[in-house]
Amino acid sequence: MFSRILIANRGEIACRVIRTARRMGIETVAVYSDADRDALHVQLADHAVRLGPPPASESYLAADHILQACHDTGAQAVHPGYGFLSENAAFAQRVIDAGIAFIGPRPHAITQMGDKITSKRLAAEAGVNTVPGFDGAVEHADHAVEIAREIGYPVMLKASAGGGGKGMRIARDDAACREGFTRAASEARNSFGDERIFVEKFIERPRHIEIQVLADAHGNAIYLGERECSLQRRHQKVIEEAPSPFLDAATRKAMGEQAVALARAVEYQSAGTVEFIVDADRNFYFLEMNTRLQVEHPVTEYVTGLDLVELMIRVAAGDPLPVTQGQVKLGGWSIEARVYAEDPLRGFLPSIGRLVRYVPPTTGPHVRVDSGAYEGGEVSMHYDPMIAKVITHGGSRLEAITHMRRALNEFYVRGVANNLGFLSALVGHPLFESGDISTDTIGQLYPEGFRADDVVHDEPGLLIAVAATIHRRYMDRAARISDQIPGYERRVGDEWVVVMDHQQHPVTVKLGASPTVCEVQVGHGAEERRYEVNSLWQFGQPLFRGVINGRDLCVQVERRNMIYRLQHWGATLDVRVLSARAAELLATMPIKEAPDTSGTVLAPMPGLLLEFRVQPGDEVAVGSDLAVIEAMKMQNVVHAVRRGVVAKLIAKRGDTLAVDQPLLEYEAT
Amino acid sequence: MQEIVRQLAEKRAAAELGGGVKRIEAQHAKGKLTARERIELLLDPGSFEEWDMFVEHRCSDFGMKEQTIPGDGVVTGHGTINGRAMFVFSQDFTVFGGSLSEAHAEKICKIMDHAVKVGAPVIGLNDSGGARIQEGVASLGGYADVFQRNVLASGVVPQISLIMGPCAGGAVSSPAMTDFIFMVKDSSYMFVTGPEVVKTVTHEEVTAEELGGATSHSTRSGVADRAFEDDVEALGMVRRLMNYLPLSNQQKPPFRPTPDSSDREEPSLDTLVPDEPTKPYDIKELILKTVDDTDFFEIQPENAKNIVVGFARMAGHPVGIVANQPLVLAGCLDIKSSIKAGRFVRFCDAFNIPIITFVDVPGFMPGTAQEYGGIIKHGAKLLYAFAEATVPKITVITRKAYGGAYDVMSSKHLRGDVNLAWPTAEIAVMGPQGAVEIIFRKDRGNAERIAELTEEYRAKFANPFIAGHRGYIDDVIMPRETRRRICRSLAMLRNKQLENPWRKHGNIPL
Repeated sequence: MFSRILIANRGEIACRVIRTARRMGIETVAVYSDADRDALHVQLADHAVRLGPPPASESYLAADHILQACHDTGAQAVHPGYGFLSENAAFAQRVIDAGIAFIGPRPHAITQMGDKITSKRLAAEAGVNTVPGFDGAVEHADHAVEIAREIGYPVMLKASAGGGGKGMRIARDDAACREGFTRAASEARNSFGDERIFVEKFIERPRHIEIQVLADAHGNAIYLGERECSLQRRHQKVIEEAPSPFLDAATRKAMGEQAVALARAVEYQSAGTVEFIVDADRNFYFLEMNTRLQVEHPVTEYVTGLDLVELMIRVAAGDPLPVTQGQVKLGGWSIEARVYAEDPLRGFLPSIGRLVRYVPPTTGPHVRVDSGAYEGGEVSMHYDPMIAKVITHGGSRLEAITHMRRALNEFYVRGVANNLGFLSALVGHPLFESGDISTDTIGQLYPEGFRADDVVHDEPGLLIAVAATIHRRYMDRAARISDQIPGYERRVGDEWVVVMDHQQHPVTVKLGASPTVCEVQVGHGAEERRYEVNSLWQFGQPLFRGVINGRDLCVQVERRNMIYRLQHWGATLDVRVLSARAAELLATMPIKEAPDTSGTVLAPMPGLLLEFRVQPGDEVAVGSDLAVIEAMKMQNVVHAVRRGVVAKLIAKRGDTLAVDQPLLEYEAT
Repeated sequence: MQEIVRQLAEKRAAAELGGGVKRIEAQHAKGKLTARERIELLLDPGSFEEWDMFVEHRCSDFGMKEQTIPGDGVVTGHGTINGRAMFVFSQDFTVFGGSLSEAHAEKICKIMDHAVKVGAPVIGLNDSGGARIQEGVASLGGYADVFQRNVLASGVVPQISLIMGPCAGGAVSSPAMTDFIFMVKDSSYMFVTGPEVVKTVTHEEVTAEELGGATSHSTRSGVADRAFEDDVEALGMVRRLMNYLPLSNQQKPPFRPTPDSSDREEPSLDTLVPDEPTKPYDIKELILKTVDDTDFFEIQPENAKNIVVGFARMAGHPVGIVANQPLVLAGCLDIKSSIKAGRFVRFCDAFNIPIITFVDVPGFMPGTAQEYGGIIKHGAKLLYAFAEATVPKITVITRKAYGGAYDVMSSKHLRGDVNLAWPTAEIAVMGPQGAVEIIFRKDRGNAERIAELTEEYRAKFANPFIAGHRGYIDDVIMPRETRRRICRSLAMLRNKQLENPWRKHGNIPL
């Protein structure tokens, strides 16, 4: 076994590999760019080597520097993680040539599986189902149409070198096929420098299900069940789970055996993933093989009880696989949610900056958090904006979902925008619970993007009780101030009104038997509900953890002037708690309408206003350029989301903008 | 006697009705509560003791003799906020538009005199159309009587003004002399002359809201210390503010227990200051992570944002926080920020509230606008305020403390009691590059040489040690231990005794 390995990666995956290596008694070497000097993986590793400046091309992709680091530290093996150099055959070869073990597949397998056309051909030869299509490069637009007619519409045009949705087009008729070919080819040329395009049958309402395989240098190959990764947003996975709620045992076995057949065909070693697309009738077709450890590997680890990183290291060290196919047992259910620094309410615009607050959920046998983030750390513009992965495990799918909902409630992140509310809404959605999902699901649930009012809390009484309890605690504490007039001290009453969404909910808040307990009665008469709230919460804490009527609960709380902002299950509610008299008086006054900002374009991010691309009087269409904002050295174009005529420019060129600062105003329609 | 009791009940009922049901409804329709409703929400339930309910005006001109309403347009008295004594006046817009008569002014003066006598704050709820025109000069006299008392009470008891309706002309001067002004958005405005006069004199067309609304005064003029959404919020927030203030200059600010440990460490503060010296960071993160319960009552949050001031507690005891904000204008001192912070420091000093200063200041803002605007004298206000202050003063330098601005920001030389520095602190005359370009003027064209010398200068001077050698800072601390060190120092300073020489009063550069 190795005594020292180098991890040629950063972030959560570097931390995750270090954890296993440490458990195996192997020393670790981290590498880092200047942007990651204080990063968690650097702190965790036994040794750390600087690679270069922040851009990946000069650091995590700089093979020379990484090899030099191996040499300087005497690392005997390199784990590439995912992304960066993990599927770079030339790098793997150089590592091997330097006499260092590459903790991953052999270079020839990476090469063969890295090309879509080659991999599809090899898969077909190995007896793996493939999507009907043309397995050569399409020559020109007419050729594409010809093939499409043969396969039958709808078809998908794909860049051979593509990934992540780039260079992909769906066509339902000849015209769209022609246009799609031209566009996809040009995108492929620009993005990958390789304009080869191929065409295949497009599967409606598809599911993305992948098989984890593992093979060693001794000819052993096994599969570790599947992962369902159908919940995707623009081809980026959001939620993954194992097993799939859709597969039956027979399909699982058939898919697993085909995946192993492919692995054998390319003399695969190490961990790999064979991705399939599955239609409504459980027909499955080979998509591609990923020759690396996947982001979502922890769900497989949870249901199999195996440590994939450990097995990769053992295989790389030449050990035979310690488990046979017959010994692989799948137990329970596991779900992973990817926490990204992006703002779901602004079209998932990536967010970067300092993690002013970072409080991950409590981990334990049912909850695992893989992350490279920490409070006071930085989400850098240079790399992937993933903050963390939350993985839960339960005896059943519902249990895993319940753990996930609770873990997401407990995850508190401030400083950068994040998708936690979106994830909460998604895993709490009845459609997700039903398991009836496809890669189209997210787009169908939120056709106009994710909006705050897409999430309705189904038990607001809980939040009313929480707000009432918190308020009562603040009031009781305020009443303990010094210098009160003896005999006329403040006495805090039990009767309050919680105002939520202009609705008034009378509550009675009584102090319970112990100092941590409040008895809250919400409403009167027939609608009355009682809550016993037991919590150790203290003033200023952003997480209100407690037990309400015997149920564990965690609500995020922020106090802003007289408002408590509560976040739970993806819903955000602004609540005021008033004395009965204040509530009565509030009700006598007109409700203040929030200013109508639909005619105003707001800055989507903080930054410097470089220029306006419109002038007053200009007519703009949806999508036209309005202004350019420089944020973190990147130029961001603000596009029109509605059409209209520009009335006036509010901000000035050169202004330093805050987020949501008005940029310009449309004429009233 | 029964007859008297009957009449008493009648008079009370009439007083409580103010200008009548119709006017009360009109008041509500404008999003405003009535004078008495406001007092109910401001004070502890049932604590209000009303005085002078039977006062009526003495005017007989213009048919006023027939129109009298008990109380004469202002409700006065005393009560408690969290059990602590407060004096209150609340103008009643439903009675003669809340206009100020001689009798109305006398009622206000009476409670102010009492407040000074017993040592309790005065909270004024302003909602008045202005002078009672029918009374002429008697009304003006009434205003001046109030002004005189505002001045005599200044620095003796806290005076708080809430502007909850119109406040124009002579009426603005009384709030102007109080310690804090809060306004309600969309229903209050303050100006010396209204839009009509402005139009006649300067031909400017401006609405009352633009001219003197809560937003204008809290973001541009600095007249208002906060702007609130509605009456309920404004009154609730004034209650909260009062929890930080002593009842008078004879008392210590009020203690309130906290579960937040004085020893709490915040490891994330170790990475707050970025590596690049020009990169901004949010000083409010430091404030929120340092104070008790992350609870910070900011004063003037939307005006002169390059400096942050406000109240918080440390180990249960109130403190005033003054902090440069690197996010805005790199935290430079300019005219507005000097005025804002100078006034705040003087308030804290007057009322025995210790001052915590967080320093990251590259200097004073350069430019003609600043010089013509008198930055020399305005900047000196903050210097004067810090130098004059005798309350406990603790200073933490987080990054830049350059030039004259270093001296100003509660430096050791201005009798700072405990001056601490983070390892990232740079106490110097100016930034390394600027310094090198002056010292090595002849090398200015040689970029390489300048860079080399800058690095040399940075290594030598851009650290806390030079100031440490001279005792200008007492210790270099890790950012994570800032709270603990401040709490400890405050405890040590609790019985600090320091007096300035006797004088009639100093002459602050106004």
